[in-house]
Amino acid sequence: MLLVDTVVENNNNKNQHIDPRMNNIGMEVEETVRELRQYFKTGKTKSVAWRKNQLQALLNLVHENEDAISKALYQDLGKHPVEAYRDEIGGVEKSAQSSLNSVEKWMAPKKSSMPLLFFPAKGELLPEPLGVVLIFSSWNFPIVLALDPIIGAISAGNVVLIKPSEQAPACSSFLANTLPRYLDSNAVKVVEGGGDVCEKLLLHKFDKIFFTGSPRVASIVMTSAARNLTPVTLELGGKCPAIFDHLSNPSDFKMAVKRIVGAKWGICSGQACIGIDYVLVEEKYSSELIELLKKFVRRFYGDNMVESKVLSRIVNKQHFQRLCNLLKDPLVAASIVHGGSVDEANLFIEPTILLDPPLDAEIMTEEIFGPFLPVITVNKIQESIEFINSKPKPLAIYAFTKDETFKRKIVSETSSGSVIFNDTLVQFLCDTLPFGGVGQSGIGRYHGKFSFDTFSHEKAVMHRYLCLEIEPRYPPWNKFKLEFIRLAYRFNYFGLALHMLGLRKQN
Amino acid sequence: MAAQSDSHQSNTFAEAASTLVNELRATFVSGETRNYKWRVSQLKQLYKIAENHEPEIIDALLADVGKPPLETVAYEIAMLKNSCKTAIKELKHWMTPEKVRTSLTTFPASAEIVSEPLGVVLVISAWNYPFLLSLDPVIGAIAAGNAVVLKPSEIAPATSALLAKLVGEYMDNSSIRVVEGAVDETSALLQQKWDKIFYTGSPCFSPLVFFYCNGRVGRIVMAAAAKHLTPVVLELGGKSPVVVDSNSNINLQVTTRRIIAGKWGCNNGQACISPDYIITTKDYAPKLVDALKTELESFYGKNPLESKDLSRIVNSNHFARLTKLLDDDKVSGKIVHGGEKDETKLRISPTILLDVPRDSLIMSEEIFGPLLPIITVDRIEESFEVINSGPKPLAAYIFTNNKNLKEQFVKTISAGGLVINDTTIHLAVHTLPFGGVGDSGVGAYHGKFSFDAFSHKKAVLYRSFFGDASIRYPPYTKTKFRLMKALMTGSIVGIIRAIFGKS
Repeated sequence: MLLVDTVVENNNNKNQHIDPRMNNIGMEVEETVRELRQYFKTGKTKSVAWRKNQLQALLNLVHENEDAISKALYQDLGKHPVEAYRDEIGGVEKSAQSSLNSVEKWMAPKKSSMPLLFFPAKGELLPEPLGVVLIFSSWNFPIVLALDPIIGAISAGNVVLIKPSEQAPACSSFLANTLPRYLDSNAVKVVEGGGDVCEKLLLHKFDKIFFTGSPRVASIVMTSAARNLTPVTLELGGKCPAIFDHLSNPSDFKMAVKRIVGAKWGICSGQACIGIDYVLVEEKYSSELIELLKKFVRRFYGDNMVESKVLSRIVNKQHFQRLCNLLKDPLVAASIVHGGSVDEANLFIEPTILLDPPLDAEIMTEEIFGPFLPVITVNKIQESIEFINSKPKPLAIYAFTKDETFKRKIVSETSSGSVIFNDTLVQFLCDTLPFGGVGQSGIGRYHGKFSFDTFSHEKAVMHRYLCLEIEPRYPPWNKFKLEFIRLAYRFNYFGLALHMLGLRKQN
Repeated sequence: MAAQSDSHQSNTFAEAASTLVNELRATFVSGETRNYKWRVSQLKQLYKIAENHEPEIIDALLADVGKPPLETVAYEIAMLKNSCKTAIKELKHWMTPEKVRTSLTTFPASAEIVSEPLGVVLVISAWNYPFLLSLDPVIGAIAAGNAVVLKPSEIAPATSALLAKLVGEYMDNSSIRVVEGAVDETSALLQQKWDKIFYTGSPCFSPLVFFYCNGRVGRIVMAAAAKHLTPVVLELGGKSPVVVDSNSNINLQVTTRRIIAGKWGCNNGQACISPDYIITTKDYAPKLVDALKTELESFYGKNPLESKDLSRIVNSNHFARLTKLLDDDKVSGKIVHGGEKDETKLRISPTILLDVPRDSLIMSEEIFGPLLPIITVDRIEESFEVINSGPKPLAAYIFTNNKNLKEQFVKTISAGGLVINDTTIHLAVHTLPFGGVGDSGVGAYHGKFSFDAFSHKKAVLYRSFFGDASIRYPPYTKTKFRLMKALMTGSIVGIIRAIFGKS
């Protein structure tokens, strides 16, 4: 995700002299957007049949191409097939299936109650598609973060232009080749490319932009969106903490550590926006925690981690370098208590645990997005709330505790996209919960019905009839009408009746 | 020298703005604004402002836009009081976390969605309904537990000053403030980091070039917000059409009265949801014009320039802008009613133009004043194409008894809100979200929607340590893989099959 930044930046420099190839891309993009808008205008994508059809097609795509997807993910990130299924393919299947089951229900207008004053009247909220939506997906979960928003967009009846991340090239080309074969290619189009293409895309007017990536690029995207008043959903990240309260029951303790290990290294080697960034623990329990962390790392990933192929690799050289640089600070290096070895040829970094690295070092000021886990000690676990609040709002806060008061305190005194007690990552799969950030971790939300809403405009519709008429609505104004309106606004129907009959005292 | 003092001044504004935000953030962090008691007490105080100061508010609006007192009471004060009352009554309910079911995949767990305040929010309001449009969003912000800065429009200076005074007297100033000022002050505010910006725009015009720019400020606001990744609500406007169907025996008198009430009865057309133009069939137009004339006379008398029941044009810039719309060659000879102007009093009489060409100036920008053009079509269905060929409006209205036409209208017209057989009244219904789409805005408010606009919906998931499946963790095996597949899709049969090794 972070690398998109450099690409955009490089591109800014490059574009100072005009590259003829860029002109072509610009024209291509323009043509694509025009075609999509034209197709949206036919109204074809609004029908429930079309939407269901497309969702089914997406399901077929995933079923029939499971191996190809796994292969592409392995190529781009060295993702193990089971991880690929759990975090990507399975997620898409689940999401497409539940949208397919529910889309008709979601599309139905919702009735709103009307004040008696407006009788006879009827009100409803009618979801309607926004139009042409642009989706930028990211490289760390290049399949699910591309297809999941598409599911929302087509459920809501939009046409879609998606630009997959160029940093996961195998997945990007898989999507570009496969999506048109399964989905209505007039309505869902893929553009491949890097920062230069992004820039061209952002020159056009879209009805919604859905972006997954880093805050810095998000800001560029939103600034461009502002030119056309385009609403945005920004799915970003942040430093997601795990609060580790003392768990007196040893089996709970073990379970919690297991879940932390799974959420740190088990998803794309820490290259995940909802992965754990650091752990907060009371000083006296830190050594116990670290010992157990080490034990589970060994148990899950074995002694020869490069060979075991269970862990994903670092996506590319730039990120590898960025991560290595985090460890270069001598004080940070000195805080390593486990791991720390790197293998540049295989772009592999060992699961690494650090104890109390300096808080002003980059590893604690920036999102890590890699296999390092700082363990930060506090005197009292309650202090972790203050610690978290001193940083930008994260996408998720994880807390392992059985203390109900502490739970309530965490929920009410911290702010984050989500809070998960005693587990990790499962919020991503719970589609009755909105998934999205707040503050630095993002704008807007999706998953399940929230995806549908994200890509819909909820139109207020009010039906009135031309029979009954309330005369005091109209000028010329006088005291009687003024009093009438006052009563009407208070919905004081009895007073109104008296007033109409001339029985109410004027004050 | 001048430039230097300018930059010095803008530095002062920036410093003042940053100090203000820091103060409010400190209050917010203390948690004071989060508790229910504080929210309700502030809402009650806000209600008192409306309740206790009606005469001052009426006077301020009379000074700013010459608004008839009844309009002030009905559309600003009463509406605000209503909004306050709804919020006070419903707040507990709104604040209660929403329990949601969890899926088999995450079993056993319980989950809820918690509404939490965003932090320190900025409300920038408009001059046309300067009282309501300033305080109505503030109700939402307070109800949701935020600290608020309100920047009223400098184009309605009397109301702005009154709001500054009353908010200072009635509200908790450690968390609710008013900043008065124009472009410099607003720019300084926009440079700060906010947790939400709520902007209501009325069209703005440069007096020098008569540059039409509805939404221009909206774009500036959103671009400024982008720097800090601040979410925005933009309440803008647009050309809200009225379709009048001639073939379904509509009650013409009621129809015209409702159109007039929405057009001239709403701040003399200077309202974002006022009807902007009418579309009807060629043969019906003369009848409609006659009916409009009759009703206009019965409402505003023979000399509407003297009527106390009509607002004036807000200022000479807008007066000049509206004059320019009428002076456009393309609409010469199209005025069928009104057209009288009094520049010294900033008054323009209700004016109807028939059969204006679609490329005329008056049809290419939001009118925001007492001019009402009528577009004619051969078949009423064609009106939908006319509407859809322009940017999406904030509201669209239709008068018809034809069920099919209603359905078609609802299906094909995209707008913030639609009203069938009436105008503008959806604004008063708090169960309907009020806001635009496309060029007419981003986001919505009113009632619960206001609360939501100023809240973050936090997902909270509670799990126990019980019932963990080893399949989540490596080393990965075939059985784990199968079981996981079954679990993800939530298929019980699949789970059982996987456990027993059949797949």
